[in-house]
Formats: sequence, structure tokens, C-alpha cells
Amino acid sequence: MSQAQLEIQVIAVLVAVACALPGVFLVLRRAAMLSDAISHSILLGIVVAYFAVRDLSSPILVLAATATGVLTVWLVEALTRTRLVRNDAATGLVFPTLFAIAVILIARYARTLHLDTDSVLLGELAFAPFHRFEVLGRDLGPVSAWVMGSILLLNVLFIGLFYKELKLATFDPEFAAAQGFAPGLLHYALMTLVSMTAVGAFDAVGSVLVVALMIAPAATALLLSHRLSVVLVLAVATAAISALIGYWVAHALDASIAGSMSTTCGAFFLATYLFAPTVGLLAQVRRRQQQRMEFALKMLAVHLAQHERHPEEAVENRPEHLVEHIRWTGDFARRVVRRALSDELVTLQSGRLFLTEKGRALASESIVQGA
Amino acid sequence: MSGALENVGSIWDLLTSPILRTVALGSGLLGAVSGALGCFALLRRQSLVGDAVSHAALPGIALAFLLTGTKSSFGLVLGAALAGWVAMVFVLAIVRTTRLDENTALGIVLATFFGFGLVLLTFIQRLPNANQAGLDTYLFGQAATMLHEDVLLLGAGGALLLGLVVMFWKEFKLVSFDREFAATVGYPVQRIELLLTLLLVAAIVLGLRTVGVVLMSAMIVAPAAAARQWTHHTGMMVLLGAIFGCAAGVAGAVASSVVPHLPTGPTIVLVATSWAIVSLFVGAKRGILWQWLRLRMLQKRLAEEAILVGLYELAQVHGGERHGHTEGALRALSPNLLRVRRRLRELEQRELVEETSRGAWALTAKGQSQAQQIVEKAQEKR
Amino acid sequence: MRHDRAGDSPLAEDVLAVEVSDLTVAYHTKPVLWDVDVTVPQGVLMAIVGPNGAGKTTLLKAILGLVPIAAGQVLIFGRPLPEMRHLVSYVPQRGSVDWDYPTTVLDVVLMGLYRRVGWIRRPGHAEREKAMEALHLVGMADFAKRQISQLSGGQQQRVFLARALVQDAKLFFMDEPFQGVDATTERAIIQILQRLRSEKKTVVVVHHDLQTVPEYFDWVTLINVRRIACGPVREVFTEQNLRAAYGGRMAFFIEQREEGC
Repeated sequence: MSQAQLEIQVIAVLVAVACALPGVFLVLRRAAMLSDAISHSILLGIVVAYFAVRDLSSPILVLAATATGVLTVWLVEALTRTRLVRNDAATGLVFPTLFAIAVILIARYARTLHLDTDSVLLGELAFAPFHRFEVLGRDLGPVSAWVMGSILLLNVLFIGLFYKELKLATFDPEFAAAQGFAPGLLHYALMTLVSMTAVGAFDAVGSVLVVALMIAPAATALLLSHRLSVVLVLAVATAAISALIGYWVAHALDASIAGSMSTTCGAFFLATYLFAPTVGLLAQVRRRQQQRMEFALKMLAVHLAQHERHPEEAVENRPEHLVEHIRWTGDFARRVVRRALSDELVTLQSGRLFLTEKGRALASESIVQGA
Repeated sequence: MSGALENVGSIWDLLTSPILRTVALGSGLLGAVSGALGCFALLRRQSLVGDAVSHAALPGIALAFLLTGTKSSFGLVLGAALAGWVAMVFVLAIVRTTRLDENTALGIVLATFFGFGLVLLTFIQRLPNANQAGLDTYLFGQAATMLHEDVLLLGAGGALLLGLVVMFWKEFKLVSFDREFAATVGYPVQRIELLLTLLLVAAIVLGLRTVGVVLMSAMIVAPAAAARQWTHHTGMMVLLGAIFGCAAGVAGAVASSVVPHLPTGPTIVLVATSWAIVSLFVGAKRGILWQWLRLRMLQKRLAEEAILVGLYELAQVHGGERHGHTEGALRALSPNLLRVRRRLRELEQRELVEETSRGAWALTAKGQSQAQQIVEKAQEKR
Repeated sequence: MRHDRAGDSPLAEDVLAVEVSDLTVAYHTKPVLWDVDVTVPQGVLMAIVGPNGAGKTTLLKAILGLVPIAAGQVLIFGRPLPEMRHLVSYVPQRGSVDWDYPTTVLDVVLMGLYRRVGWIRRPGHAEREKAMEALHLVGMADFAKRQISQLSGGQQQRVFLARALVQDAKLFFMDEPFQGVDATTERAIIQILQRLRSEKKTVVVVHHDLQTVPEYFDWVTLINVRRIACGPVREVFTEQNLRAAYGGRMAFFIEQREEGC
């Protein structure tokens, strides 16, 4: 592994982790698509600032781009407030407008520049090691590593300092407001962070893939845990591992590193979604089958209990009736009755089902009339 | 002078060229189709679905190319449609079976599918001898290379989609307004919704070549959002959506072929979204501008009434109707009053107040009767 | 085509308008309705009452086939719902739709006739006239061309009622029609309900105001997850039954472990 390869991997992990942290809060606030809006419209900020200062490495570009991202959030919210369009349409109007302007500006006035549309979408992770950070002639490593490292540090500091406020404002904004936590301010602070992270990551992975790095690891983690602290750790781990795997897959295929990183994030999400122990799709299906039987047994018990000692009992407690009235298929009804008999919930006497004590207990446990 | 004339001549040549006619026709068609179907997406609050579907189409295009090795529009469109459809299924499945919301599901699907598409695209680009040049035009679209064949596909596809919309008009309208009621009268609601979504996916996919996957979603949202501002009828809205979309397509195509280095896709999108924003401001009755003007008019009327009543009450307290009162006295009476002097001058022009001495104001006879009316009306209400 | 349908042969007078037996509805494994039996004879005005979360709306939706049924059976005029759908009309809760939808009052009422008009064809003059008639009945004829976004809550409710009336149904289901409407609307609705009863039609209403039950209705079903009672108001609207439905807190199904916890 060459020095450059190592450096690329370090940057990839820094980018992924820096994105995953604010991503968790975006997903929790059901505002995931804001990352899409922000990551696109920051391009306009970069372009406009570039025309002003004519220097692609100027920190003013970062500031302008971050501001554009926050402006996007504000514009979407302002449009939604007019109640002329809903939030989804407002988002779908604002960022394509800004992004289209940016692409047109690049195509018309910045063609000869380093800023071309390919790098907008793909980023240039592979070239990152060429830009060195030098102080007094000493090489301190690639610039991107320092930039992303600083952004990551800021994210960690912000989340660390305002952990309980963020938690409160995310889960119960009204209560947070009542407690004097200014959720609006916190919201915009978070959006600034998202925006700044997107700007930093933009160079490396391009505008669309920032979305993958922000949303997918966070969503994966949220499938696996309900505790915010655990979710944050899991999201960071998923992001870092995806970055590394993504890098090596891209290396093998000689394909886009950023694309490969986000595909890996997606693959992790898919695997979790399908196979996670309790919330996974397969586990859900298995559990549902099991519950269906348990539920059916309880239903049988309650059904028999409700009609116990009523004149209609003679009809209602025949096994055939279950097929007819409870809408079970004959096969399923037979399985339920067999299971109920073997669990000693019911007895079968001259073609009629009677609850046992255990069955009656199950019925009254299933549905209890309060005082 | 002659240079300018020459320029005009060459622009004229361009405008009448068969290439531009093809491009403008194609862009107009795609705008019309996406504008019309976008209306249903807007009404069903699915505006961002277009974003996910268009991004997710990229791996479909790349895979279709890898499998068939051709760049024929039809094959790639089919691949794109399949991928878009799979993406929609994922979004629905994630929303239904996890506690993640629709925004998150859309974001994941959009970005990871797109990322996968980029992997395939960069992989294809490095294949030796592949006739792959131009696949990346799907990113931002490229109308200029549109062929006769593409326009035919757009025309046939568009006609089919719009024909289906006309055919199932009542059903689409009912299902997007009140799906439960539709179910109780016996409509197969899920199948109708499925068809509507399929049409949306198809409309998006047809536009990818021209507008590109990154910006195609705007062609679903913008004409529809603009149309919504001008009418209160579903039919008119869909018709306007189609017209606006078509106009944006043609205008964008013409502009980008006349102005050098103006990319077609972003230009079409910018025309469409700009018109949507203009519509939001000046659209019939509901426009932001009209709302604001109505608010201003109301504020002005209230301020005028407050001044008239204020002078009336001051006159009653400090003897004499002809006794002038200063702006300061009026402000003391109602502290929220803005631009008192300007309001006073306007009232003076309407001969409701007069300046008795410098800076001192009193009601005229006409003003007094009007103030009295206002006061009486207010008392009646109470 | 229409003449083949079961409902076009005259209905036997003694067949029950609605017969629900052993109905259980569950979201995941949490039962919302548990082994419910309800019978509604023809020509009655029936209220479904019960505390919040008792499953009133769910019962209505289950009867109408809008929510999946875990167990049990629903018969409409003695037949399964799909065969009798044309005799059934539904007035959903006002809040269930987007009133900012770009359409007019007349258009919404016409929606009640879409199924009868059939696929592809458009509603014509005859349908328009019928819709206007229904709007007359609910006192909304002057609003036919009005945007639905400009209606008050009561007006919205009357438009929904008109949409149900054009269907010429024999059995009406209404979900909280009196919720948040003005006094005029409440009177108008109750007059129409009584008129429907006088025409031997059957009306089932989800209702939350216990006080007006004896005044407005002649039949009542009390539910709280389970059916508490069902029958004529003067027989089953008793303190004992009300206490059973509202009094004690209904203990729920034990299996409340949230999914995945």
C-alpha cells in the first residue's frame, strides 16, 4: 500500500465519519432530503464566491458555500410557510434552481477551470493527496485531510457540547422550546453544520454522494438501536467501514471511489434491513408467522369464552364454525385446533370445543375488563 | 455593422435548422409529459419521488448498456425505467416495514443507486474499445445530440402516457383526492395508484436523455407547482402543467442552441423553476405578491381608520372640532401606527382631514361624519 | 351489466342490513376490535359509540373493507360486501382529505357517480342534474361552482353528504359527521338522516356525543374494543352498558410488547 493509497483511505474515513454524525440528526428529524437540497445548492455558493475571489482554494469559498446551504434551508421553509406549496414541492423547487444556475455559470464562464461538472458529481478523492498542506516548507499531509479533520472535530465538539439539547430538541421540540432551549436556533446551528460538512465532503465525493454518506449509515444505525448514543457510534462505525471497503472495491474495479463508498453504505443498509436480528425483514416475517399462531390461539380462547354458557354456544364452538365465521382457511383452523388441543387449552367433546381452565385463563388474560 | 447582421443571419439559420427543430420538439414533448404527470405527483405529495426515481435510473442505464452493448434509446430507456421502478419499490418497502420516514427512504435510495450508477459508469469508461462515449450525457442531459429516433420515442411514449391520463382521468382524480372513498365505491385503488406511479416513472425516464438524471426531478415539480398557482380546477391544472412544461422545454432548447456554452438541461430547468417562482409571486389570487398587497391595503385602511377615530376622540376630549392635534398625540393614542404623516397627507387629499396650523391636524366635516360612522359600526359589533 | 347484480332484485325485508360476526381487527398483533358481533336491521338510524380508541372508526372501515380483517365475517344485506357495494355509501371524516385540492363542490359530488358512469366515460348532463339535486337537499346548491378550499367545516361536511346521497344507496356509513360543524349543518344533517330513515334506508353513524344519542338515533352499538351492547336505544343505552363501555379502563391485550423492543 503506497503512501497515497493510505492517505486516500484516511480522507475517505474522515469524510464518511464527518457526514454520518450530523446525518443521524437529519434522519431523526425526518429531514433527510434537506441534505440532498443542501449538497446541491452549495455549488452555487462555491461558484459565485470563486468569481469574486478567483481562487479555488480560498476559505471564502467554504464560507459562501456554507451560507448558501443554510439559505437553501431557509428558502424551503419560507416557501412552505406561504402554504402555496408543500414542503416536498418547495424542496423540489429551490435546490434545482440554485444548482441549475451553478451548472450554467460553470459551463459558460468557468469552462477552462478546474471546476467541471464531472468533479461536481464525482468528487476527486483520487487526486486529494496531490494537494499538500505545507507550513514553512514542511509537508504536513494532504489539505483535504486537514479540512475534513477540522470539520469532523467541529461536528464532534458541537454534538458533544449540545448533546442533551439536540436530543431534546429532536425528540420533543415543543418541550425543548418551553424549557428555553431555542430549538429554532439549534436547528439552524445543525443546518450550518450539515452545510459545512457537505461543503468539505463535496470536494472529495461530489454533491449526490454526500447524501448517501449522511443518510445511509445513520439509517442503518437507527434500524439497529433506539439509543441515541449507540446510534451515533454505530453510524460512525458503519460509515468508516463502508469507506474502507468502498475504497478497495473501487480500486479493484478501477471505478469511482465515491460511488463505490456510497454503494457500500447502501449495501450495509440493505443487509441490515433484510437480516437484522429483530427489525430485519426476515425476522419480521418469521415473527409474524409465530405471532399469527399465538394470536389465533388467544382468539380461539376468547371466542369460546365469550360464547360460553350462551344459547348460541352449540353453534359457535364447533370447529367447522371457525372456518366459516372466523375466516380461517380449513387448513389453518385445523392447525390452530390441533395446537390448542396439544397445549391443553381446549378439549374436544362430541364435535364441540370446550375451554380448559388453562384456556379460560388465557382468554381472561388476553382481554381483561378493568374495574 | 455587417458583423452584427451576419450574427443575426446565423442565429436565424440556427433557429430554422432541422437540428434545432428536432431538439425543440423533443424538449417540448418531454416538458409537456412531465408537466402533466407532475401535477398528480404534486397533488399526491410525491414531489420528491421524482428526484429519487431519476437518480436511481442511472444504474439502469449503465446496466442496460453493459448487457446489450448498444446505446439505442429504447434499450436504455427500458433499463432506466426498470431501475426507477425497483427504486420506488424499495422506498415503499422501507417506509412500510421500518420506522424510517419517507424522506430517509428517498434519500438512501436516491444516493446509493446513483452511487452504484457512477461506479458502473466509471467502470464502463475504462473498458477498452467500448463504444461508450456519451453515456455520461445522462448526468446533465444533452439535447443537442437528440436524434430523429429519440423524438419519435418521446412522441410515441408521450402520446401513450397522456392518452392513458385522459382515459383514466376520473379515476386518477378521485384516487388522488380521496382514495378511501374510491375504495368504498369499488375501485381497485392500489392498481390505479400503481398505474399512476408507473406513468410518472415513465415520464421521468423519457426526459433523462435531455435534462439529465440530476435535474429531471425539477421538471416534475416546477411546471406543476406553477400550474397550481393559476387555477382551482384539476383539469386546467394538468393542462397548464403540460403547457408550462412544454414552453420551458422549447425555450430552454432554443436558448441553449443560440447562446454558446449554455447547457440544455439546466437551462430548461431554470426556465421552468423561474416561471414557478414567478407564479408563486403573482399567481391568481393566492400569489405571495397579492397576499402581501392585500395585507398592506388592510394595514393602510386600519391605520386610516385609527387616525380618523383618533382625531375624532381627541376633538371630543379637548374642546372644539377645529382644534388641531399633532402627530405625537395620535401616536400616543395608538402606538403601533406607522407612517402617520403620509397617511395624514393622503387623508388630506381626500378632504377628510386638514392642517389647521403647522403640524396640527383636525377632521373636516366630511372626515368627522366618516369617523362617526366607524365608531358607530364598532359599537354595533360590540 | 347492472341488472345482473344481486342487489337489483328486491331485498327481502327481513334480511339484516349489516351483520358482523366474530370480527377481529388487529394492527400488528394489537387488537383494535376483538370478536365483535353487530347486527343492524333495515331502516334504522344507528349510532356507534364508545370512548376514544374504542375502535369505532375501525369498525366502520372494517365493514367497508378498508382495513384488513384478522378474523370474522361481514354481510351486507345477507351477501358479502363486493356483491352489494352499489347499495352502500360512505361519508368519511372531513379531515381525511386535502381540502386544498384544486376542484369545485359540484366536482366532488359528481365523484359519487363515477363508478356508475363506468370506466373511461365522463359524467354528463344527467349526472350533473343529479348532483345539483343532492346539493339542493343539503342546502349547498348555491355553492356548486365554489372552490372546495373556500368552504367552512360544516359546508365541507354537507358536500360529503351530498356525494353520498347521489349514490342512491340503501345503506349509509358516516364517520363523525357532527364533528366540528355549526348548528345549521347539524340540523341539516339530522333532517336528512331522518328523511333517509323514512325512505326505509339504513344509516350507521360513528358518533361521540352521548347526550344526543336518544334524540337522534333509534339503534345503538356500544363498543370498546369488544362489543358491549347492540340494539334499540331504549333497551341498550343504559347506564350499566355505558359504564361497561366508558367506566372502567379497558384493559388491553397483554401482548403489547412493541415490535422490536
